[in-house]
Amino acid sequence: MDIAELQAYGYFFLTAFLVFVLYGYIYHLYSSERKGKRDYEKYGNIALNDEVTDKPVEEISKKDDETLKKEA
Amino acid sequence: MENRPLEYDYTVAKLFMFTTIVLGIVGMLVGVILAFQLAFPEVNLLLGEGLAEYTNFSRLRPLHTDAVIFGFTVSGIFATWYYIGQRVLKVSMAESPLLMALGKLQFTLYVVTVAAVVVSLLAGVTTSKEYAEFEWPIDIAIVVVWVLWGINIFGLIGIRREKSLYISVWYYIATFLGVAMLYLFNNMAVPTYFASGGIGDWYHSVSMYAGTNDALVQWWYGHNAVAFGFTVPIVAMIYYFLPKESGQAVYSYKLSLLSFWGLMFVYLWAGGHHLLFSTVPDWMQTMGSVFSVVLILPSWGSAINMLLTMKGEWQQVASSPLIKFMILASTFYMFSTLEGPIQAIKSVNAIAHFTDWIVGHVHDGVLGWVVFMIMASLFHMAPRVFKREIYSKSMMNTQFWIQTLGVILYFTSMWIAGITQGMMWRAHDEFGNLAYSFIDTVTVLHPYYTIRAIGGLLYLIGFFMFAYNIYKTMTVGRRVEENELQTASPMGA
Ligand code: HEM
Ligand code: HEM
Repeated sequence: MDIAELQAYGYFFLTAFLVFVLYGYIYHLYSSERKGKRDYEKYGNIALNDEVTDKPVEEISKKDDETLKKEA
Repeated sequence: MENRPLEYDYTVAKLFMFTTIVLGIVGMLVGVILAFQLAFPEVNLLLGEGLAEYTNFSRLRPLHTDAVIFGFTVSGIFATWYYIGQRVLKVSMAESPLLMALGKLQFTLYVVTVAAVVVSLLAGVTTSKEYAEFEWPIDIAIVVVWVLWGINIFGLIGIRREKSLYISVWYYIATFLGVAMLYLFNNMAVPTYFASGGIGDWYHSVSMYAGTNDALVQWWYGHNAVAFGFTVPIVAMIYYFLPKESGQAVYSYKLSLLSFWGLMFVYLWAGGHHLLFSTVPDWMQTMGSVFSVVLILPSWGSAINMLLTMKGEWQQVASSPLIKFMILASTFYMFSTLEGPIQAIKSVNAIAHFTDWIVGHVHDGVLGWVVFMIMASLFHMAPRVFKREIYSKSMMNTQFWIQTLGVILYFTSMWIAGITQGMMWRAHDEFGNLAYSFIDTVTVLHPYYTIRAIGGLLYLIGFFMFAYNIYKTMTVGRRVEENELQTASPMGA
């Protein structure tokens, strides 16, 4: 086997691996939403409510998160 | 300390809006001159015999491509980043004097670099690599500009209030990383003066790669310059501006994430389609073709997501010229990402390669998608950064139709020209003698070249209307209050 052939095989398997990862990602997105771990669609609002004074869709610091939860 | 409410600071965005418009005019004006030169060779002597060196096609062509890519498009990317970045991260540039200073430094250095590029290209100083013509001193300056931009992206992200990065930010980060990697690798060069101990001019260099390797690296770069210059950052823009302008959140955020990774994953492997039937290994060519066809999926993923974002809101397309621009842009995006894969099929490429069909493909992509989307972005930004209403809605509508007609004339004429050319070059008699000589094709193509030049001129006229409209917005547009800027942009008659 020469180097070109090795490269071709390497390329093929890398591709197959990446395809696998990509499908895994699709599965991850939908399953974590179904299990209620994360609501991806709410992030769409980041573009709509984007004044500097608007409340972030997700607060940056942990502490804020907790106070939010308490308020809710 | 005064207690003014915190506001976004668009100083740097405004500066880059300015270069977007100026360099757009320069680049497209040169494009129109080129188009007329191809139809009427006398135009090469535009300014007389004495100045022919500076006005001929070969001197001006790289000026066109580099002005529209590195001037217009890259300025548009910077301008929209300095606008969108703050907003979706909910942090103002005013909060960080350091980032502000670096942003201004980036702009200053950018302008100096552009000046150096224009002078050197007109002087005929080039490395002769398409889209990578700049000599090494300019390359170094470009790297610095890029790094400053990167510091700004990650700096803003570092001080953000919004925890999640909006999808557009992902695309900007990908633009930054992608271009950095491609640009560095493809432009690796040996400065001949220093390597040889003083032979030739100090600014000359030769590529570190040779032969087929050079071709491979060059088109890995060239193709991904399309990916990370003409696709990824423009998608970043539409993911922000279309939802914001229409007041509709993106149709499916999950689909946007998925198309993002799909695009990243597939694009990098498709460059082989520029080298079909060349000396690169066969399997590489085949994979280039295959990946090009697969590339339809993530491309259409984004485009369809945009069209679905307008679901139930199609009346906005009729009533708002700004939405029209964006919907036409995403339609042309779908169109050129269908056309590209077709051209990447080996048997089709055998006809299309080296012909005007490729030039047609390039320009339905850039004129219909890239420029339309950047103009739409600036139209949306103008009322917000200048706190004034867009000067004229009717002028926007007229511009839209003039430019749409221009694009259509451009790509249809190039299709016919390209396929005619491809067929004529291949035609032969029963003994294998070529049926036509080169000049036969030139004669046949003349009308189409003329149509292309007229289409390009119409497009340029539209761009002048855009520039004028923004200028008027900035200077005499009616002043607006913050509450008028929530979704649809305010426009004067
Ligand atoms: C008024 C509009 C424009 C006109 C009339 C125009 C015209 C031209 C012409 C005549 C060429 C040379 C074609 C050849 O060598 O046969 C060209 C090449 C090119 N133009 Fe434009 N152009 C315009 C706008 C743009 C814009 C806005 C962009 C990008 C944002 C762009 C990107 C390019 C590229 C990448 C090439 C090289 C194509 C290749 O090598 O296949 N053009 N243009
Ligand atoms: C799925 C997406 C796409 C695919 C598979 C694709 C495929 C191709 C192919 C096969 C060529 C011709 C190579 C040759 O024979 O010389 C080409 C050239 C080109 N395409 Fe695309 N294309 C795509 C999208 C786009 C888009 C959206 C743009 C711009 C906005 C674009 C800009 C260009 C440019 C500038 C060239 C000319 C490069 C040169 O020869 O100088 N492409 N593309």
